[in-house]
Amino acid sequence: MGKVSITLQNTDEGRMLVDAIVADNPAAEVSRMPALTKIDCEDRLSLRRETIEERIGRRYDLQELQLSLISLAGNVEEDDDSFTLAWSRGASPKHS
Amino acid sequence: MNAMPPLKQRKLSLKERYSHLTRGLGWETTYQPMDKVFPYVSYEGIKIHDWEAWEDPFRLTMDAYWKYQAEKERKLYAVIESFAQNNGHLNITDARYVNALKLFLTGVSPLEYSAHRGYAHVGRHFVGAGPRIACQMQAIDELRHAQTQMHTMSHYNKFFDGLHDARHMHDRVWYLSVPKSFFEDACSAGPFEFLTSISFSFEYVLTNLLFVPFMSGAAYNGDMATVTFGFSAQSDEARHMTLGLEIIKFMLEQDEGNVPIVQRWIDKWFWRGYRLLGLVSMMMDYMLPKRIMSWAEAWEMYFEQAGDALFEDLSRYGIRKPKYHEVASKEKHRLSHEVWSIFYNYTHAAAFHTWLPTEDEMKWLSAKYPDTFDKYYRPRFKCWSEMAAEGKRFYNPTLPQLCTTCQIPMGFTEPDDPTTICFRSAEYKGERYHFCSDGCKDIFCYEPEKYVQSWLPVHQIYMGNCGGAEVKDVLDWYHLNFGVDNFDYEGSPDQKLWDEWQAQKAANPV
Repeated sequence: MGKVSITLQNTDEGRMLVDAIVADNPAAEVSRMPALTKIDCEDRLSLRRETIEERIGRRYDLQELQLSLISLAGNVEEDDDSFTLAWSRGASPKHS
Repeated sequence: MNAMPPLKQRKLSLKERYSHLTRGLGWETTYQPMDKVFPYVSYEGIKIHDWEAWEDPFRLTMDAYWKYQAEKERKLYAVIESFAQNNGHLNITDARYVNALKLFLTGVSPLEYSAHRGYAHVGRHFVGAGPRIACQMQAIDELRHAQTQMHTMSHYNKFFDGLHDARHMHDRVWYLSVPKSFFEDACSAGPFEFLTSISFSFEYVLTNLLFVPFMSGAAYNGDMATVTFGFSAQSDEARHMTLGLEIIKFMLEQDEGNVPIVQRWIDKWFWRGYRLLGLVSMMMDYMLPKRIMSWAEAWEMYFEQAGDALFEDLSRYGIRKPKYHEVASKEKHRLSHEVWSIFYNYTHAAAFHTWLPTEDEMKWLSAKYPDTFDKYYRPRFKCWSEMAAEGKRFYNPTLPQLCTTCQIPMGFTEPDDPTTICFRSAEYKGERYHFCSDGCKDIFCYEPEKYVQSWLPVHQIYMGNCGGAEVKDVLDWYHLNFGVDNFDYEGSPDQKLWDEWQAQKAANPV
């Protein structure tokens, strides 16, 4: 499988998001560039609301991610508690 | 007062909120047949059996949309004001950098506006509420991008040349027909092809190359305002990219018959988008005084690696990598040098300045392009630099032949031979048409009736439709100030002003 990827702004909130991602996804590789941080991870990567809230010290709505996000690669799956990027594993197409 | 007892309501989950917004809102029309209300939805051959299967993975509802967009605007405008108040333009690395902004404002920002119109149009023409809402949000986003880019760069217009009439230039200037015709090609296609071209091929597969490393480069070059509008736009872009992937999967899952149609669009729009990004390659390798990464490195990171993962994922539907992706990879070590050379040739007719890279910059180019730069391009720059020193600065006095599809002058080389210009041609109804590549030729040959109508700037100039017969007449018609906006950076009013500012930095003139 290929790598999924997320790129965040180098802002205060962005830095805490990067911390949270690294904590939840030990395989994540972090590349820092001027103004942005790109994180790549084999196959899948998750952001958990709880992990972010622990770092940010307040309630966090995962849709706030909209404010820090620059780019991503992978299929997105989002609910109230987690935001996941993944490449699907050989699922067969569901033609109707 | 007759107060109602407060209703004890459970907060709806993200999925429930999205579902309320996008389900059960459409209906089968009765006063008019559906195919009259939605006249464009079937002629492209795409079959949709269940519009409800469309799902926006971000599940954004209107209340959340307005809330976060307003927050983004507040942040951006705080930066724009602070930039203006603090004379932010004095802190950029070098005034040559501003020329990248000139190209951005005239070449890219009007595309944001075209995208706004495109999404507003196709949003009206989809049957399902899910895609209609997604297109509506994106139409508003794109309008925001056009506006915020103009607002941000208007600060530079107070001091620098060439930024005074971007919209007018976009419609007339020869090299701006490249981005303009790209978008008009997309907007004049059917709604499904439009989404494949812009949402998928452009937004998902290619725009990272423009907005990510280039904006990081803007930050590196001290342009706080541009990096902020870039990332403010890009935060929407991440949602657009997700939509791009969603539309592709939606079409592919709905009907097996959609697969070959979608594949052909992916092939076409990959190549169209890649050719357009030739301008970005030159912005990255030549126009950023301080560079982040080379075009070749960006191509490897954002197309070769990211594209591998993406197309491996799509292979389960029978989709393969876009045709001629291997040609793009072969060209990565020469693209920016070839494009910059074209502009150096025609700097007298451009709305931004050009220059030859400094010795230090050439060292960087040699290191980034070890197999090509010293062999092919350094000698060319050396020759041009010697000619300029002798007072014989090289200008190309002849108008170039243009590729009928991408409208770029025929300056690209053969995939396997960087020393031979690549020419292709095809005959249609007794006329011969010319192309820069097999990719562009294939696109023409599939839809010749569309591309024979191309408004090719060089042809139009020769036909007398562009203000007159002399270069100066044409530049007047472009609203370009001769001797101010065009020619080399060396000796330009921009340079004079910048040098004065630098001299004033430590001085207190009385």
